Amino acid sequence: MTYLAKPKLHHPDLHKNALGFTRRDYEGPVSTLCAGCGHDSISAAIVRACFELDLPPHRIAKLSGIGCSSKTPTYFLGASHGFNSVHGRMPSVLTGANLANKDLIYLGVSGDGDSASIGIGQFAHAMRRGVNMVYIVENNGVYGLTKGQFSATSDKGAKSKRGVVNSEEAIDLVGMALQLGATFVARSFSGDKTQLVPLIEAALKHQGAAFIDCISPCVAFNNHDGSTKSFDFVREHNEAVNSLDVITGRSEITVDYAPGTVEMVTQHDGSVLRLRKLEANYDVHDRIGALTYMQERHAAGEMVTGLLYVDPNPRDLHAHLKTVDTPLNELNTAALVPGSKALAAINASLR
Amino acid sequence: MLQQVDRIEGLQRVNDFVVKFANVNGSGSASANSMFAKAVLRMGVASTPRNIFPSNIQGLPTWYEVRVSEAGHLGARGGGVDLMVAMNPQTWDEDVKSIVPGGYLFYDNTKPMPASKFREDIVVLGVPLTEMTNKAYSDPRQRQLFKNIVGLGALAALLDMDAEAIEGLLAEQFKGRQKLIDANFQALHMGVNWVKANMAHPIGLRMRKATTVGDRIFIDGNSAAGLGAVYGGATVCAWYPITPSTSLVEGFQRYATRMRFDKETGKSKVAIVQAEDELASIGMVIGAAWNGARAFTATSGPGISLMGEFIGLAYFAEIPAVIMDVQRSGPSTGMPTRTQQTDITACAYSSHGDTKHILLIPEDPYECFEFGALSFDLADRLQTPVFVMLDLEIGMNERLCKPFDWDDNRVLDRGKVMTKEDLDAGKVFGRYLDVDNDGITYRTYPGTHPSKGAFFTRGTSKDRMARYSEEGPDYQENMDRLLKKHKTAASLVPPAILTPAKSPTKYGAIYFGSTSAPMTEADEILIRDHGAGLDLLRLRAFPFGPEVEKFIEDHDVVFVVEQNRDGQMRSMLINELEIHPKKLVKVLHYDGTPITARFISAAIGERIAADKTASSR
Repeated sequence: MTYLAKPKLHHPDLHKNALGFTRRDYEGPVSTLCAGCGHDSISAAIVRACFELDLPPHRIAKLSGIGCSSKTPTYFLGASHGFNSVHGRMPSVLTGANLANKDLIYLGVSGDGDSASIGIGQFAHAMRRGVNMVYIVENNGVYGLTKGQFSATSDKGAKSKRGVVNSEEAIDLVGMALQLGATFVARSFSGDKTQLVPLIEAALKHQGAAFIDCISPCVAFNNHDGSTKSFDFVREHNEAVNSLDVITGRSEITVDYAPGTVEMVTQHDGSVLRLRKLEANYDVHDRIGALTYMQERHAAGEMVTGLLYVDPNPRDLHAHLKTVDTPLNELNTAALVPGSKALAAINASLR
Repeated sequence: MLQQVDRIEGLQRVNDFVVKFANVNGSGSASANSMFAKAVLRMGVASTPRNIFPSNIQGLPTWYEVRVSEAGHLGARGGGVDLMVAMNPQTWDEDVKSIVPGGYLFYDNTKPMPASKFREDIVVLGVPLTEMTNKAYSDPRQRQLFKNIVGLGALAALLDMDAEAIEGLLAEQFKGRQKLIDANFQALHMGVNWVKANMAHPIGLRMRKATTVGDRIFIDGNSAAGLGAVYGGATVCAWYPITPSTSLVEGFQRYATRMRFDKETGKSKVAIVQAEDELASIGMVIGAAWNGARAFTATSGPGISLMGEFIGLAYFAEIPAVIMDVQRSGPSTGMPTRTQQTDITACAYSSHGDTKHILLIPEDPYECFEFGALSFDLADRLQTPVFVMLDLEIGMNERLCKPFDWDDNRVLDRGKVMTKEDLDAGKVFGRYLDVDNDGITYRTYPGTHPSKGAFFTRGTSKDRMARYSEEGPDYQENMDRLLKKHKTAASLVPPAILTPAKSPTKYGAIYFGSTSAPMTEADEILIRDHGAGLDLLRLRAFPFGPEVEKFIEDHDVVFVVEQNRDGQMRSMLINELEIHPKKLVKVLHYDGTPITARFISAAIGERIAADKTASSR
């Protein structure tokens, strides 16, 4: 980490988005994570995605659990409300927040310990419920804050910094998210901003449960030979199935690719995902196919990345609960309290 | 009718007895039993039913005990059964044994039973229910269902009950289905007529019209608390099924579905989520309340244990949360279907670190409704968890209580929330800045303002401006302010209620929750047996107000009556008010049955008698 505060003076020519904000307006205080930490790259990608999508920072709520990854919401979107909750329990807090106000954008940030170990139950159930959110797991395969123990996403056979070999099978959060009904599932790598930023943008535009598993090497405890979550290992084994551009209303749509190699997916809010297929037979709308493909490539030692599954017209939890259009937190006494007359009728029925 | 032995004269009591129904599960007896309790009420006499059931769905015996009391006593009486309606062969021996000498045994005598199955000191009332229904009906289901109604008719004739009261209830239950009404009337009168033609009637236990009930209503505490949550403006409910709290959420759902439905759009002004566990339930409640909705969960002891970490977060990060705890016997799984007041300290000090929470303790369904609604105002006002402490006794049993009332001028108190207008007007916002010197600070809802008022909520230590801080002074200032806020809470929660004795006494009794009715009755017994009653103080909340300290100061001996093993409330009084332990005498009942007036008066009477003997020596 650096101990230097971020400069308050900004270059007058900094590019502004449609809302008149610069990238600086989407940043937070300086990160206290280790220099070179993959998580900081993800924070930067979030900043860029929100800036490019012209999202009003205060309409985003950022929530996290406990751990290195869960500290990061402090370091981006300083004008947004944030909630650093309890270890492994961000999904429930986010679900509750979402129930209270369906109009905000919910960004949940978690880690592999937070989501795959202590919080695997809440991770699973938030996906099942179809909570409208972006759920990013900053996946480094180790516990950083407690100095390098294996996490549940560590691959079997991976070696720790101290030379211990992991004997336990890894939990695949992408596989779980696919199986449990997430309507947007992606995997990316913190070292690949070109891939990650559009994925975050697409997820933010998605109106359902969007999950991104982002491999994010831990420079302090999991970036050595024998690790399967190191920068070198991920670069060597990264196999992207597609590459993505997000086209919002104001961008111009131009297609300059060979037919059959590009698919345009229009999401419910009107945003268009332009997918360039890198793996010709991969169908991004086939949930079962995605599961099979992921397993096959994993067995072959590859780490598949990209947009793995998307349902452009998801139904979220509010749709299932049939809640009113007005956010529940805006309903006042008149809207909520049935009053004395209704109570008198209840009294009469209880005699 | 061989078994209709009637050698002795039975008990002679009017409008004051206990009837217990021993049921066969799945026989449809519940509806007829409940109708009996309601028919007593329709005659103007107080009746208090209790479901006695094991932690099981089908196959194990259950009982339904009804106390009939013109004097209006609503607590469990204890001390045996005056009339046993023994319909379950499985529990026959135990049931017959529980009848008081001179009491009555009502049973179906279609099949003869050996004399050894009876007692000589009770009155046996055999009615051939199966024979009658087999003759009248051919369909097995009808035979079973109408047997209950025939039995009810027979009981009505034996007790000199108003058959019209039962007819009225049947007509209401089957409103609009005249055929069913007629059939039920027919069954009812089959029972009435058989008794009138074949038995000496009425028996020594009799009903007579009275005016005890008045305009009171009859409802279970869980439903009342659920209705209270609707009136309290709850829009988010997250819960996990657990006995005995499940029917609270079901009650909320029932009322909310009806009263929060938007006819124009067909949409609902409420979100109810059945979570995967209690951790998720409370997490959702906290997330929703952080985001400005009124949210609650309902649970019981094991759920409270699981929620501990989150409750600490809500306390330290200062987020409103309403937790309705319907207490059952602990520890661990304990006795899930038996009552106890056993989560008092677990709730008051839930979670690690120094914490103190708000408890509201209702005595009956009326207060379940009142506190159910009030809890949301208090949670928002104080920005902290608020527990509504029911127990199985008042939660899962229907109980006579005052009718609910509501002031239409009442506005939901959302507490200190800074709005966009406040922020634009230049009001200083610091999330943990104690501007009013009451320990309560201002908050903003997420999404309020484009550039002002955002802050980071965390369970870690922070300074007044919500910035992460591990500085000792910042931490300590925050902890001290939380204590100040807890003191402020003492002035906002419902105060304890004093019922003074007719003449000055050095004895006082402190009690709370479902102990209320038995305590009041116990005081009457003490007046009768010892010539003097006690000053009574009913706690309704924690933190304790100054009236509690004064009450203890004003007496030499204060009995603390509670339904747990360790005297949890007594410990809290000792610790919070720095009372000498010797001054507070434990009266503890904890076998899972509801505490009774007989138990309380015996324990207190013994101590008073011992004091008298000691002073006369």
